[in-house]
Amino acid sequence: MHPVLEVRALTKVYGEGDTRVHALRGVSLAVERGQYVAIMGPSGSGKSTLMNILGCLDIPSGGCYLLDSVDVSGLSDRQLALVRNRLIGFVFQAFNLIPRTSARANVELPLAYAGIHARERRERAMRALELVGLADRADHEPNQLSGGQQQRVAVARALVTQPALILADEPTGNLDSHSTEDILTVFDELKAAGRTVVLITHEPDVGARADRLIKLFDGQIRSDEPKRPAGRHAEANAL
Amino acid sequence: MNIAEIVRFALRGVAANKLRSSLTMLGILIGVAAVILLVAVGNGSAKAVSDQIAALGTNTLTVSSRAGGLTMGVADALVDPVLAPDVKSVSPVVSAAAAVAYGGTSYDVGSFVGTTPGYFAATNSPVSAGAVFGADDNAQGRRVVVIGQTVADSLFPGTDAIGQQVTVGGALFTVTGVLAQKSSSVGGSDADDTAIAPITAVRQVLTGYGTLSSILVEAADSPKVGAAEAQITTILDRRVPAGYRIRSAEQLLDTQAGTADTFTTLLGAVAAISLLVGGIGTTNIMLVTVTERTREIGIRKALGAPRRTILTQFLIEATLLSFLGGGLGVAAALIAARFSIAGVTPIVVPGSVALALGVSVVIGLFFGGLPAARAARLRPIDALRYE
Repeated sequence: MHPVLEVRALTKVYGEGDTRVHALRGVSLAVERGQYVAIMGPSGSGKSTLMNILGCLDIPSGGCYLLDSVDVSGLSDRQLALVRNRLIGFVFQAFNLIPRTSARANVELPLAYAGIHARERRERAMRALELVGLADRADHEPNQLSGGQQQRVAVARALVTQPALILADEPTGNLDSHSTEDILTVFDELKAAGRTVVLITHEPDVGARADRLIKLFDGQIRSDEPKRPAGRHAEANAL
Repeated sequence: MNIAEIVRFALRGVAANKLRSSLTMLGILIGVAAVILLVAVGNGSAKAVSDQIAALGTNTLTVSSRAGGLTMGVADALVDPVLAPDVKSVSPVVSAAAAVAYGGTSYDVGSFVGTTPGYFAATNSPVSAGAVFGADDNAQGRRVVVIGQTVADSLFPGTDAIGQQVTVGGALFTVTGVLAQKSSSVGGSDADDTAIAPITAVRQVLTGYGTLSSILVEAADSPKVGAAEAQITTILDRRVPAGYRIRSAEQLLDTQAGTADTFTTLLGAVAAISLLVGGIGTTNIMLVTVTERTREIGIRKALGAPRRTILTQFLIEATLLSFLGGGLGVAAALIAARFSIAGVTPIVVPGSVALALGVSVVIGLFFGGLPAARAARLRPIDALRYE
């Protein structure tokens, strides 16, 4: 079976001339279906750049990115929109919910862009909200929700389309320890349900829950090690 | 995603940002209403001026002479079926300012006119009560007078003026009629501040037997005004060697219409400035919200919204706001145009409605649509980081 995502010799350069910054200097990695991968690294190591490229929010300067064995770099704007909608669920550090719009409407949004009918959309959005434990807050607007709740709505929005890949860019970076626990529990459940999750973090205990830990430094992979894969799987399957 | 869905999204976007939506609409509303109303006021006042002149009679010619060569003899000579066949009537006119007193009240009449009965028909001045004086009254020099509405209101408030005796220049005149009210003037003299009496009586009591102030010549009908003018010119050239001037009501009308046009243009310019200011206000609000909207577009793109869907949504939002604001502006202007503003009854020009609405909608669409179009073209990550 082919990997969900595969990048080869990925580079990203910002700026011109003297102000050139090499954010990524040749990153290669592959993620198999059902893996739970954590990417760690100090600030400036290129984690967010990598994540934005993986989420098709940004384009690389060089190298190749295969998502579900499709070369993403060759896609048109329209096809990229389709890829973002169908294959990727992205969770931002800053939540990025649409303001003054109810939680349910926010979760429904990617389904609307996928052309799904209102009734089915509503049902699936409610199911996704139940999954993150916020079914009772469906009609609340983002500013009526706590940070942890907002992030759980954002996670519901990321998984509602059943994407092949869930990407999370420091999802717990703005949250207190209690909310962090809530979010990580949701990711654990997703992992248990066989979803592929890639997240960025700089907190070691967050990284410790993944089955694979990739450490980035200066735009390159410094280490890439599986973390007690058998035990983790056994525990997850037992749930 | 079908168009109904996108329209629903746009409606939700408008409803979600009530303050911004209402401020945008307010800017457009004020611009549109100002243009329509100011042009309507300009148009209304132009109409009032031309109405007033039309009320004076458009087929009359006024002969005046600064050198003072106009006598009763000249006036009589103009009544000549052979030399001047197109002249319908000739009214010699003497006028003066005079104080009219009744009981303990005295009123200074702006223009106390002495003339012949033909004057009433020529100047389109019917009476609303009583009767005008006849040729007989004039021939016998009876002291009767027909007063204007303003004079009647001043001397006889709430009572009937007909049959009362007033004192003018030490002589008693009997009021036989009150003139029908003429349309009130715009910044000019009051057409109702007048009193008309037989010329024989007025010369005897007020002005003496000197020259006439003017001679009012009425042409048979309006196409013959030119012919009548040529005919009386021939007579006058012989009779008044000292020099004279003939003015037609038509010329007066042209002059006044020109003034009114200038006035309308001026108001139009003020209106255009209001539209511009309203437009800048709208633009300002739309540009201020670009940061927020660009971030929102970034989020939508990250969730997989195609560019066209985003563009359509934002264009519909801008269209809705522009048309709602413009529509409300038109409604406000039409309602305000039912009241008289500074003594002028506004007359709405359909062209100004179309122009104001068109310009504001274009401004709304352009400044609402352009930033959205630019944001939709950005990479999602750049749109999300926009500041």
